[in-house]
Amino acid sequence: MARKIMFKDAINEAMRLEMERDESVIILGLDVAGAAGTEQARDAWGGVLGVTKGLYPLFPERVIDCPISESAYIGAAVGASACGMRAVGELMFSDFLGVCFDQLYNQAAKFRYMFGGKAVTPVTIRTMIGAGFSAAAQHSQSPYSMFAHVPGLKCIIPSNPYDAKGLLAACIEDDDPCVFFEHKALYTMKGEVPEEHYTIPLGQANVIQEGKDVTIVALARMVQFAEKAAKALAKDGIECTIIDPRTISPLDTDTIFSSVEKTGRLVVVDESYDRCGVAADIAAMVSQNVFDALKAAPQMVTAPFVPTPFAANLEAAYLPDARKIEAAVRKTMGVSNAVKMQAAAN
Amino acid sequence: MKAQLSKENLLKAYRKMREIREFEDRVHVEFAKGTLPGFVHLYSGEEAVAVGICEHLNDLDRIASTHRGHGHCIAKGVELEGMMAEIYGKKTGTCGGKGGSMHIADLDKGMMGANGIVGAGPPLIAGAALASKLRKDGSVGVVFFGDGASNQGTNFESMNMAVTLDLPMIFVLENNGYAESTSPKYSAKVGSDNIADRARGFGMPAVTVDGNDFFAVYEAAAEAINRARKGGGPTFIECKTMRYFGHFEGDAQTYRPKDEVKNARINDCPLKRFAAAVTSAGLVEATELEAIDKAVLDQVEKAVKAAEAAPQPDLDALMADVYVSY
Repeated sequence: MARKIMFKDAINEAMRLEMERDESVIILGLDVAGAAGTEQARDAWGGVLGVTKGLYPLFPERVIDCPISESAYIGAAVGASACGMRAVGELMFSDFLGVCFDQLYNQAAKFRYMFGGKAVTPVTIRTMIGAGFSAAAQHSQSPYSMFAHVPGLKCIIPSNPYDAKGLLAACIEDDDPCVFFEHKALYTMKGEVPEEHYTIPLGQANVIQEGKDVTIVALARMVQFAEKAAKALAKDGIECTIIDPRTISPLDTDTIFSSVEKTGRLVVVDESYDRCGVAADIAAMVSQNVFDALKAAPQMVTAPFVPTPFAANLEAAYLPDARKIEAAVRKTMGVSNAVKMQAAAN
Repeated sequence: MKAQLSKENLLKAYRKMREIREFEDRVHVEFAKGTLPGFVHLYSGEEAVAVGICEHLNDLDRIASTHRGHGHCIAKGVELEGMMAEIYGKKTGTCGGKGGSMHIADLDKGMMGANGIVGAGPPLIAGAALASKLRKDGSVGVVFFGDGASNQGTNFESMNMAVTLDLPMIFVLENNGYAESTSPKYSAKVGSDNIADRARGFGMPAVTVDGNDFFAVYEAAAEAINRARKGGGPTFIECKTMRYFGHFEGDAQTYRPKDEVKNARINDCPLKRFAAAVTSAGLVEATELEAIDKAVLDQVEKAVKAAEAAPQPDLDALMADVYVSY
């Protein structure tokens, strides 16, 4: 039965159900239970924002608090997974991926290929992304493009509680290394989520709404902004399709291409950067594959190519928002030109 | 200790060491001819370490190796023919020709891979050991690493985590005196000549042994591995040894004293020392060892011939096996 729960509780529920279903599922991370070695009760934290809260009492052997040694415990999650476990490594902030990059980039991602197809490494790394909290340059990034660039890794970026639960379950059950990016602004977002176990296939985009004029591709928190922009545009008669790819590796290019073939216009919205990122990637693939359908140059709405600033006004200017998306859509519609032409005719 | 090993075990250990020596010496020769692709790092001289440790292990026990990994592979039971074909980049290689010298792995044998990244192994084996601990099957994880890798953060982090989580894990430091061309006297100043002294600071038992003495390694490994199997946590074993070739094939080795290797080959060769010990104790006849030498020579010759004759990987292997499903 479905009921409304928060994004973070949906993630917690996915892990609990997977741990109930499969004894080989383990969780490694910092304070995933909490209070280890103190005289106080365990499960004091359940992760820094409480996402794993309540799992330790159910599975005390399998929820494992680790020292602040990201290379060691992410590497251990990889190593354990190559030895028959299904480890979920919680890496608090995705900004910390730099500390343990090798264990994902050179180890987990490459085992299967290097070892001639014999290795299976069903590890999942959960990590937070996203700006908007004045957390500044080292706790606000969305570096998933770097991981989508690596053959051998899968990159999952949910935008709502239903998807979060189903996609995380799919990651844990998947036999390849998955990096699961959780936008911290979505943790308290509520949505309908079935109580029972379910999975959402990796590599299957979600078409949130269909409109004939423009295809907007948006990820994670940007989906909400795209929806807001689309509402405003609808008042002017501009109808938007919104596609949430949900996973950027694998990427459901079929859904994106066939939508652009119908609309002829593309706007990609990404909280990460314009350079060498997922927005540029999608824009390039659309240009290469469905060029003839395009009525206007694809547009990207991204963060500018600067670190995330601290001051609230700078951070607000840094983030994509509905207004910026709206402007990009109007640009693909040639609306600014149309207005000018109309003014000239008058 | 010698007496505690059956004759069968002694012969097996000698054979493994001879296989490593013969394999590596032959790769050295073939590489010099320019017939091998890529680059190779040879294990000759360090045989007593890999074999002294791995003689205690079974296929459920996991090891992680290094860029100098051929010796660990052989000691853990990986087939020579597949290894040689892999080094030649052939379809019949252990990894289908897609890994090469630095990435030979055979997971069915508990060999989790040679590794091109210095210091990558300790976290992986911490994970393997954690899996052993959770499964309660009595298996252990062993990570081999060099004096160079002993300075990597991954190694320090993993020593701490192995103690924290009480993992059945053995750290085997192969101190061959050179991290590429740099001496640990410069890069691993621990207030003594023994890098193992660091490990004690992490709260685990640590020993330094003569890594060219099979029996010294074997004995230290027995204690460490038995302890780990019984839930007694990690151990650090430093093996002082020497590599007979350069860091990589083609290394001019201008950083080494003249005759260092020549003298070691004469006076401190692990195979010669093993042979002298077991024959003088009357445990094995010299002729039995000579028979092994000859058999291994043939085995390596066969592996080279098979590798030379084997086909290259099919071109569709290029795109295969990145993912289980995608």
